Amino acid sequence: MALLELRNVSKHFGAIHALNDVSLSLEPGQVVGLMGDNGAGKSTLVKIVAGNFRPTHGTMQMEGQDLSMHRPIEARRHGIEIVHQDLALCDNLSAAANVFLGREIRKGVGPFKILDYAAMYRRAGQIFSELRSETRPRDLVRQMSGGQRQAVAIARTRIADAKVVLMDEPTAAISVRQVAEVLNLMRRLRDRGIAIVFISHRMPDVFSIADRVVVLRRGRKVADKDVAASSPEEVTGLITGAIEYA
Amino acid sequence: MEIQFDDNIKRTRFPLLSWLTSRQAFWVSLAVILACVFLSFATNSFATSNNIYNVARNFTFVAIIALGMTIVIITGGIDLSVGSVLCLCSMILAVVMHAGYSIEIGIAASLGTALLIGAINGVLIAYLGIPPFVVTLGMLSIARSLAMVASNNTVVFQFGPDHDKLLFLGGGAWLFGIANPVIYMLALTLLTGFVLHFTRFGRYVFAIGGNEHAAIVTGVPVRRTKVAVYMISALSAGVAGVIETGWLGAVTTNLGSGLELQVIAAAVIGGANLAGGTGTAFGALIGSALIEVIRNSLGLLGISAFWQGTFVGSFIIIAVAFDRIRNLRSPA
Repeated sequence: MALLELRNVSKHFGAIHALNDVSLSLEPGQVVGLMGDNGAGKSTLVKIVAGNFRPTHGTMQMEGQDLSMHRPIEARRHGIEIVHQDLALCDNLSAAANVFLGREIRKGVGPFKILDYAAMYRRAGQIFSELRSETRPRDLVRQMSGGQRQAVAIARTRIADAKVVLMDEPTAAISVRQVAEVLNLMRRLRDRGIAIVFISHRMPDVFSIADRVVVLRRGRKVADKDVAASSPEEVTGLITGAIEYA
Repeated sequence: MEIQFDDNIKRTRFPLLSWLTSRQAFWVSLAVILACVFLSFATNSFATSNNIYNVARNFTFVAIIALGMTIVIITGGIDLSVGSVLCLCSMILAVVMHAGYSIEIGIAASLGTALLIGAINGVLIAYLGIPPFVVTLGMLSIARSLAMVASNNTVVFQFGPDHDKLLFLGGGAWLFGIANPVIYMLALTLLTGFVLHFTRFGRYVFAIGGNEHAAIVTGVPVRRTKVAVYMISALSAGVAGVIETGWLGAVTTNLGSGLELQVIAAAVIGGANLAGGTGTAFGALIGSALIEVIRNSLGLLGISAFWQGTFVGSFIIIAVAFDRIRNLRSPA
C-alpha cells in the first residue's frame, strides 16, 4: 500500500488552473524528485500536501485514510513534515529551541509547566547524531553554516516521527560541500523508511538521490518514472516542453 | 579544521566570562558600578543612605514599565502608550478611591483598565496588522485624554477611606527599610526573567522577534502571544501607576508624559534590540538604573539639569554603538 496517495488532484484559482489532474503515490523510504519550471505547479502541489491549500478536485489518502486538512498544523498531525525553502529558523534561538519550536518539551504539574531544557538538549543531540551532523544543540542558529542550518530544519521532522517529508529546494542556496551534506541528511531520513518529496531545480542533486522523478509542466504531470530509466537530458526536455510526455 | 578547533577551546575555557562579556547588560552594570564608585569618592552626598534610598526608588517606575517594554521589544514591537496608560490607571485608581471605594476595588479597576487597553492595542496589532508604532501612538493620545475626562482635568489628592493604605503601598518601607517600590521592582524583575527564560510563552516571544514567519509555520500561536505581550506591557504601566500614585500622594493629568521615551531608552540601554529577538529582564532594570544614576549624579556634581538629556541621549547611542562594534569584531 502506498504511504501517501494523491488521486486526480486539481487546484484552480479562479480561471487559473495551477494544478490539473495530478496523481502521485509515495512508498515508504522512497525519494521522489519533483521537478518543473517556475510556475509549473510545484509549490501548489507542495502547499496542498502541506495543508495550506485544499484541492479543488481530487482526493488525498495517507496510509489508506482520507486526508482533509484545513490548516498546516494538521498535516503535521498526519505525519507530514515540511522543510521550507527558507528553513523557517529563528537566528536568535539555539538549535534545540528551533528543533522543538511549537512543540516544546515541558515539565511540571498541571498548569505550572516550565521548559525542560535538559530533555530538549538531550533529544536534539540524539537526533543530530542520528543524522551524523556536527550541529550542537546549544549553539545559536545565527552562528551556523548553511549545512548545519539544514540539519536543524531536518531534525525538526524527526520530533514527531514523520512519515513523509517535503523538502522545498533544500540545495538551492548553499555551497557545493554543503549540498553533499544535505544529500547525506536526506539519505539518513530515507534509510529510516521516510518518504521524501525533493523539490529542486538542480538536476545533479535529483539524479544523485532520487528513486523516481516526477516532472510538472503548466500544472500537469508529464513524467513519473524511475531515475534509472531517465536522463537529465530527457528531464530537461520534459521541463521545457521540448519533449511532450514520457 | 585546526582553526575551528582553537575556536572551540577559546569558547569553552572561560564559559562564564565569555558569556558575561557578550552581554550588553554586563557592560551597562559595569558602567553603573563605576559611576557609583566614582560618585562615592567625588561627592559627600552620594553614598548616604538617604540618597541611595531615593535613587533606588526613583528608577523603579521606569524599571517596572521597562520590563513590559522589553518583552514587547523582543517580539519586534514597540509600545508608545505606556506613559499615558500609567496616567490613566493612576487616575482611575484615584477617582474610584476618591469616590469612597476600597483600595482593592480601586486597584482592580485600575489594572482592569490597563489590561483592556493592552488587549485593544494587541488585537489591532496582531489581528488587523496595523503597525505597533501607529496603534500605540494613537493610544498614547487616547489614554491621556481619557484620564482628563475621568478627572475633569483636576488634581486628585484625597483617596477616600483607604487613603493611608495607598500611601503606605507606594511610600512605605516594611522590609529592612527598603522602599516598597524597590521590592515590587525586584520581584517583578525576577518574575519577568523567569517567564522569558522558563516558560513556553517566553520562548514564543523570542521566536516571534527572531523570525515571525518561522513562528507561524511551526505552529506558534503568534497572534495570541502578541495580544498577551501588549497586555503585559499595559499592565506593567498600570502597576507602576498604582505604586507611583501611592508614593506621590496626588495624581495630575500630566503624570508620566514623555515617560515612554525614557522607558524605551532604559530597555535599549539594557540590551533590548529594537529589531526584535534580544532583551533581558535584568537589562531593563540596569538600563533604568543607569539613567537614574546619571540624573542623580548631575545634580550632586552641581551640573545643570539641562545637561541631563545630553548625557542620557549619549548613553543610548554609546550603548548601541558599543554592541555594534562588538558584533563587528566577532562576525558570525
